[in-house]
Amino acid sequence: MAILEVNRLSISFGGLHAVDDFNLSIEKGEMYGLIGPNGAGKTTVFNLLTGVYKPTEGIIRLDGKDITGKNTIEINKTGIARTFQNIRLFKDMPVLDNVKTGFHNHYSYSTLTGILRLPKYRRVENTLDERSMEILKVFDLDKEAALLAGNLPYGKQRKLEIARALATEPKLLLLDEPAAGMNPYETSELMETIRFVRDHFDMTILLIEHDMKLVSGICEKLTVLNFGRTLAQGITSEVLSDPAVIAAYLGE
Amino acid sequence: MGEKQNNIDIIKSMRRKTLRKSMLNYGIVIAAYAVMQIMIATGNISSLLKGLLVPLCVYVIAALSLNLVVGISGELSLGHAGFMCIGAYTSAFFSNAVGNTLPDLPRFILAILIGAAFAGVFGILIGIPVLRLKGDYLAIVTLAFGEIIKNLLNVLYAGIDSHGLHFSTTSAMDLHMEPDGRQIIKGALGISGTPKNSTFTIGVVLIIVTLIIVQNLINSRNGRAIMATRDNRIAAESIGIPVTRFKLLAFAISASLAGVAGVLYAHNLATLNTKKFDYNTSILILVFVVLGGIGNLTGSIIAAVVLTALPEMLRFLNNYRMLIYAIVLIVIMLFNWAPASLDLRSRLREKLFSKHKSEKREEGEQDGNS
Amino acid sequence: MSFLTYLKDGISLGSVYAIIALGYTMVYGIAKMLNFAHGDVIMVGAYVVLMLLTRAGVPGILAVVIAMAVCTILGITIEKVAYRPLRKASSPLAVLITAIGVSYLLQNIALLMFGADGKTFVDVIKLPSLSFGDGKLVISGTTIVTILACIIIMICLTLFVGKTKQGHAMQAVSEDKDAAQLMGVNVNGTISLTFAIGSALAAVAGVLLCSAYPIVTPYTGAMPGIKAFVAAVFGGIGSIPGAMIGGILLGVIEILSKAYISSQIADAIVFGVLIIVLLVKPSGLFGKNVQEKV
Repeated sequence: MAILEVNRLSISFGGLHAVDDFNLSIEKGEMYGLIGPNGAGKTTVFNLLTGVYKPTEGIIRLDGKDITGKNTIEINKTGIARTFQNIRLFKDMPVLDNVKTGFHNHYSYSTLTGILRLPKYRRVENTLDERSMEILKVFDLDKEAALLAGNLPYGKQRKLEIARALATEPKLLLLDEPAAGMNPYETSELMETIRFVRDHFDMTILLIEHDMKLVSGICEKLTVLNFGRTLAQGITSEVLSDPAVIAAYLGE
Repeated sequence: MGEKQNNIDIIKSMRRKTLRKSMLNYGIVIAAYAVMQIMIATGNISSLLKGLLVPLCVYVIAALSLNLVVGISGELSLGHAGFMCIGAYTSAFFSNAVGNTLPDLPRFILAILIGAAFAGVFGILIGIPVLRLKGDYLAIVTLAFGEIIKNLLNVLYAGIDSHGLHFSTTSAMDLHMEPDGRQIIKGALGISGTPKNSTFTIGVVLIIVTLIIVQNLINSRNGRAIMATRDNRIAAESIGIPVTRFKLLAFAISASLAGVAGVLYAHNLATLNTKKFDYNTSILILVFVVLGGIGNLTGSIIAAVVLTALPEMLRFLNNYRMLIYAIVLIVIMLFNWAPASLDLRSRLREKLFSKHKSEKREEGEQDGNS
Repeated sequence: MSFLTYLKDGISLGSVYAIIALGYTMVYGIAKMLNFAHGDVIMVGAYVVLMLLTRAGVPGILAVVIAMAVCTILGITIEKVAYRPLRKASSPLAVLITAIGVSYLLQNIALLMFGADGKTFVDVIKLPSLSFGDGKLVISGTTIVTILACIIIMICLTLFVGKTKQGHAMQAVSEDKDAAQLMGVNVNGTISLTFAIGSALAAVAGVLLCSAYPIVTPYTGAMPGIKAFVAAVFGGIGSIPGAMIGGILLGVIEILSKAYISSQIADAIVFGVLIIVLLVKPSGLFGKNVQEKV
């Protein structure tokens, strides 16, 4: 069964159909790409999937559960985590704490336990530190654990955002232009990391990307959006050779 | 194996650093207390300074509590004097109503708990609607609430007689008390005759308790959630953190601590009225927080002490005191927050410490995070 | 006194709030900041007029014009020195706290110059009163001027924002500073102009306020300033007709609460209105909802 099942998803802002009749089905463990020219509605799809916007029409199912119209927090708890096109880290907190905060809903103790430093506090904090360091290690960020997130170089900030999203233990990970602003070397390194994340965490990934090398390199399937509508959908190589897609990208 | 050891080392050093920071604050407070006690014991203290000791504690607690909202939760409250006022009034009312039926210390401890509880409850009641708002709106609404609290207390009359408590919002006559009744809250005149239970020692104990609560909160799961909502509201929601709930948590704890400051204040003076808890007091506490560095607890403590004690010592400056505060506030904000100033500072720093730049960066910027 | 008299007083006070709120709403709409010092500019305007009239013997109208000029320069300077450097600060609290500092600064300079005691304001507006129904309802010259001034200012501002090039630039900056900059709009100039207009209006408001309540103190502007902000929020921040209607409604609510409920808790009621509005309709009567872009 599909992990994510989207049917006839639409949203309009003041008469403008930002996303229109969007359908998507992603299998567990799949690496799926969402591409299209600027303003095609890709990020809007992410915002719909994560409950930032409420769709005017359509149904979103995660692992068989209807999550349409739920808010961001509930949707994250149900199992979707994301990164942002314009990086959104907790800049004034250490790198380690950014990831620890990601575990918020998985390891908990009360405010009072924290203030009184009851034994449970120490226990949970130890586990949190350990598990967060494990994730940081995957992204080669463990050495920088004590730095403030805002002081990390750009490429590492993008990675930390993914690490934080993974800490919420999602079923589906949404990456919004993970390679934006990276040089070719960093991008190919990122590709490796994304592959590793998929295999290591058994993750399903949906990503928006402009870098065609990355898209064709790691995505098994693609959906192409143009003006809010689906232009093409299917196996990556087939979609990329579709004349309509080429036309949309090169401009008619 | 080596890697695991490495991780443990990193975490250990982070924990040591946090611990050092916390211990520094306890250390400063305890050292200051010891110095004062020695000065008192040897008679080397002016009566002016002696009279300032409790107010100093009041302002330190108030500044720490406001820093929890401004620095840790990233919202501006301009009504903190209102919460102090609630703590002061409820506790003074309690102490007066109970009178001598309880011994001093247990009664005062109860009064502190009552003041903290009422201020906290008001913090929650006000916070629930208000914290859905952001930034400027939140600031102005907290200011509005501060004024409302003051306004309403000014028309409140309350007394106690053999039948129990009586309240009125019109006049003392409307309390309809028995001849044996005692009027406690007298409208705009406030409350008089509150037992003077506040001492320097109790004040310092309360500062320590405040520090424990605030510091341990910051270094816990829910504290991190609060700071996450401060740093990036949208990102915090995206990882499943209910933003409003954690803003409310910080706000309520902060209100409750401000209430404690109010209790200490009320039990240090013979008369209590709402005049002392106006907008200006809220701003004064904000000045302490800003001057000490937003989010920096050590700074709040030092700023509150220096700015409360100095003007009293330098009486000749009295007329210029508020003017100087205003200028200091503006200059500090520009110095610490204007991107141009920050740029210049980091370039200067790089020039001066170009050799050990990376370490300096880490050391210097851990503190005073917003 | 009759209900009509209260209503008239309310509309008069509300008109003053409306003029202050117009300044607030424009600055908030364009510079996206709560200019806490706006209320204190009112106070400066009032003192300037008072000094010119009593010490220099300048004629009334000229004094008002000079006060507007002084406040305009003051407003532009405050923006340039204290607010502009913080426009791109990482925390939005920075500029708000600085504005509080500026407010405090103006109050304390006035305190040092004029003392805490109230100074009696002189009549600037020398117009006869109108009387209706055998003196049951008397409308003073001040009230007439206040209400007229409010209406004229609103019409002029609406025309200015809607019809002139600078007005269009304001709208553009209010929508998106960066985009406006790319389109060749002088963002700094536009924001300065907004502060200039807002501060000049504050001077007018100062004269009208002190003509109706003829005592000036260093704190004269603080409370009306905050209430005018309440009015601006009430009407919907950024909206010119909203500020006017919000101001007048608030003035009427305040005067009627004083008359029929309790003068001691009238302020509490005014602030209560703010809280209810923000909870029920945070965008105000005429405002639009803005969502942060994700």
